[in-house]
Amino acid sequence: MKIHIKNGRLIDPKQGVDAVQDVFIAKGRIIAIGDAPSEFQASRTIDAQSLVVCPGLVDLSVRLREPGLEYKATLESEMGAAVAGGVTSFACPPDTDPPLDEPGLVEMLKHRAKNLNQAHVYPIGALTQGLRGERLTEMAELNDAGCVVFGQPDGLLPNLRVLMQAMRYASTFGFSVWLRPQEISLTNDGVAHDGEVATRLGLPTVPVCAETVALSNIILLAKETGVRVHLCRVSSAEGLAMIRTAKQQGLPLTCDVTVNHMHLSDMDIGFFDSNCHLMPPLRSYSDRDALRHGLLDGTIDAICSDHAPVDEDAKLLPFGQSEIGATGVELLLPLTLKWGMEMRLPLLKVLAKITSDPAQILGIDAGCLSVGSAADICIFDPDYYWKVTPSAILSQGKNTPFLGMELPGGIKYTLVNGHIVYER
Amino acid sequence: MQLPDAEVLFKSLAKKIQSDVGKDFALVGIYTGGVWLAERLHQELAITQPLGTLDVSFYRDDFDKIGLHSQVKPSEIPFEVEGAHIILVDDVLYTGRTIRAAVNELFDYGRPASISLATLVDRGGRELPIAAQYIGIELELPADKMLVLKREDNGKLSLDLYDKSFAE
Amino acid sequence: MINRNPQLDENGVLQHLLTTEGLPASILLHILDTAESFVGVTERDVKKIPLLRGKSIFNLFFEPSTRTRTTFEIAAKRLSADVINLNIAVSAQTKGEALLDTVNNLSAMNADMFIVRHAQSGAAHLIAKHVRPDIHVINAGDGSHAHPTQALLDMFTIRRYKEDFHNLRVAIIGDILHSRVARSQIHALTTLGVPEVRVIAPKTLLPKMVERLGVHVYHDMAKGLKDIDVLMMLRLQNERMKGANLPSPEEYFKYYGLTPEKLLLARRDAIVMHPGPMNRGVEIDSAVADGKQSVILPQVTFGIAVRMAVMSILAGNQV
Repeated sequence: MKIHIKNGRLIDPKQGVDAVQDVFIAKGRIIAIGDAPSEFQASRTIDAQSLVVCPGLVDLSVRLREPGLEYKATLESEMGAAVAGGVTSFACPPDTDPPLDEPGLVEMLKHRAKNLNQAHVYPIGALTQGLRGERLTEMAELNDAGCVVFGQPDGLLPNLRVLMQAMRYASTFGFSVWLRPQEISLTNDGVAHDGEVATRLGLPTVPVCAETVALSNIILLAKETGVRVHLCRVSSAEGLAMIRTAKQQGLPLTCDVTVNHMHLSDMDIGFFDSNCHLMPPLRSYSDRDALRHGLLDGTIDAICSDHAPVDEDAKLLPFGQSEIGATGVELLLPLTLKWGMEMRLPLLKVLAKITSDPAQILGIDAGCLSVGSAADICIFDPDYYWKVTPSAILSQGKNTPFLGMELPGGIKYTLVNGHIVYER
Repeated sequence: MQLPDAEVLFKSLAKKIQSDVGKDFALVGIYTGGVWLAERLHQELAITQPLGTLDVSFYRDDFDKIGLHSQVKPSEIPFEVEGAHIILVDDVLYTGRTIRAAVNELFDYGRPASISLATLVDRGGRELPIAAQYIGIELELPADKMLVLKREDNGKLSLDLYDKSFAE
Repeated sequence: MINRNPQLDENGVLQHLLTTEGLPASILLHILDTAESFVGVTERDVKKIPLLRGKSIFNLFFEPSTRTRTTFEIAAKRLSADVINLNIAVSAQTKGEALLDTVNNLSAMNADMFIVRHAQSGAAHLIAKHVRPDIHVINAGDGSHAHPTQALLDMFTIRRYKEDFHNLRVAIIGDILHSRVARSQIHALTTLGVPEVRVIAPKTLLPKMVERLGVHVYHDMAKGLKDIDVLMMLRLQNERMKGANLPSPEEYFKYYGLTPEKLLLARRDAIVMHPGPMNRGVEIDSAVADGKQSVILPQVTFGIAVRMAVMSILAGNQV
């Protein structure tokens, strides 16, 4: 299929391009930008007048809930939601049931995803068997099966000796290790930030030091082992400051923040809104501000949705018993745009956080629009506002703190490998 | 319309009670106007039994419609109800529902030998088989009017007439 | 997004009692005033009034508490309501019988009011949010969050003995961190105009930024009890007596337990309160608990009247 995308505002953060230019696609790849190649006969022409044409989005955390948790969501529903959100590549955490700790499971997931012909799925391999933090997984085997990186997603950090060895082992093969900095022994049964809101509501807390203590350990072990570390879901100003310092010292660290944490604080819990039951917990307003600026100064490399569809019943419980997580893959672009508008940033810089930068962290060839690259493209209307409602969300999970809000950014087309996988 | 003087009515009411039963009985006033009257009667007739007061809010039959009055006063019956002769005092007798509530409440304190009713004004319009034994005056009033007893700072009593719609 | 106080309807009328936080003083005082009338009722031979005749009140206790359940039951029965007690075992909950399924089933039995006790903070809010609009919810204790009727009966007791809230110094002593009672007391006291509320506890039993609730923090009984008019003791749960929060009940008693000697540090006419059940010899010495400054038993009596008042006011506030 040959596609001609005309009149669109082409934004490619990787190459620093922001100009009205046409894009020509054939055999799944971009074959020309600007002028049509000779004898190009489009079988489909997309008029992108007043729309933005950018690389397909890359999300560093999307849970498909397969295998094992299909009652929350299915591969079909969430893959559909991803492309409806303009996401063409994403990493999926190993916190499935069973966890992604065996090559067979990973192959099955890759295979099932591939058959759907939608977004590219990059499973994150479990760093330890069963994510129990005791024994290393067969990382090299898992890599052959399709795992690009390895992680412990729940903040379930192994004991320090196991963690050190896992990092060493991963670095042997050049794999990067993805860790969410949260010290379990300081977390207990905590469900909210240790601040005024939790004090008023009588909720058990996760103090900031749960993040900073874990960060300190991870940073020291990263130095010791030389492994590349990606820090997932940083939540506090103090944690951010530690990462900034470590980066300045030249450590090979990257980090991300979720769309929820860059917009919300513990105040949004209001009267026990279980949609705000997230982990790490939503922190104070000043933490939130620090995260927004950390994105700006580059301490935070990428924005992810931390997509976690939860069935409705699991949220209709008292705050502490409700299940953690929020749906988000369809809100990645809108909430990133919202941040950019509030910070008065050029789109080129804003979109880098959800295209080229996460692609680089994941180590995949995606997130750019150059001649010869795969035609993974997102076309959206930056001036279109829509209201977040359960029916407007395709994901099987309808739970998000942003329900009822009007957000900018309407996806018009999503292309994967030159195929239109979503249009509206 | 010209309303009768409450002080004159009070005097005549007190006289009727005195000539009938003397002072060998207990007085119980119903909040708020009935308590004012009962206090005055208690003094005027030199009743020896201590004065009782009732707030019938907890016994009303319109709780489901209007809920609890914002200022419920404690009921106080400082004498033995069992076997007592009681005169219940209210300012205006109308549907009879307040009196029904008051009688019910009194029985929760004990079984009186008798209860009679004194009222400053009987304005008719009864919805229950209730009658007063001592009446200051009988007045015919339109249903959309509300008659209330007022007390000035110096203790002087007077009657006032409102439009019901206005009062609500 | 600004959320309306979920206890009040759009006209500011009380529909549920979930917490003392955010309620205007007028509503708190209305409850206390109404309770005064009920104290008279509870002292009569016939302690029953027909106010809530025909109403069905469900005691939904997801966390066992015979004591609290009984006080609500007595209060409801004195108002002539029908009381149905349900102790919903925790096991049924974990088996997946969703909290709201239970509530919906009971609503279908024409309930008029739910009294809810739950180990999780926010459970009563959740039920109030999803219950049929004509059903009123009273929070009888949710996690570490709130226990508004306990706080109201404490306010009632204080007013009985001290008359005015505006010239008092009140100290709340003990495990503030885990205490729903303390939180509800603090909000009620500050709303009713008590100028100085102190909390006294070791740092392990204080929540973060507790001073934002409008209290002064003390770690030392000698300093904290100076000039105090009202001492509100808290119960120390067994599981907190040893371990990471406290080394031992003995050490706690030595430094934070209320003994006759420590009571001398407060004003001479100070009153001593405790929500019960007491751990004698842990947070309070028997000589104080049974002493002449103790108002712990009157608290229990007033508790019935206050709960009668809350039920009557809610039942009368139609949507």
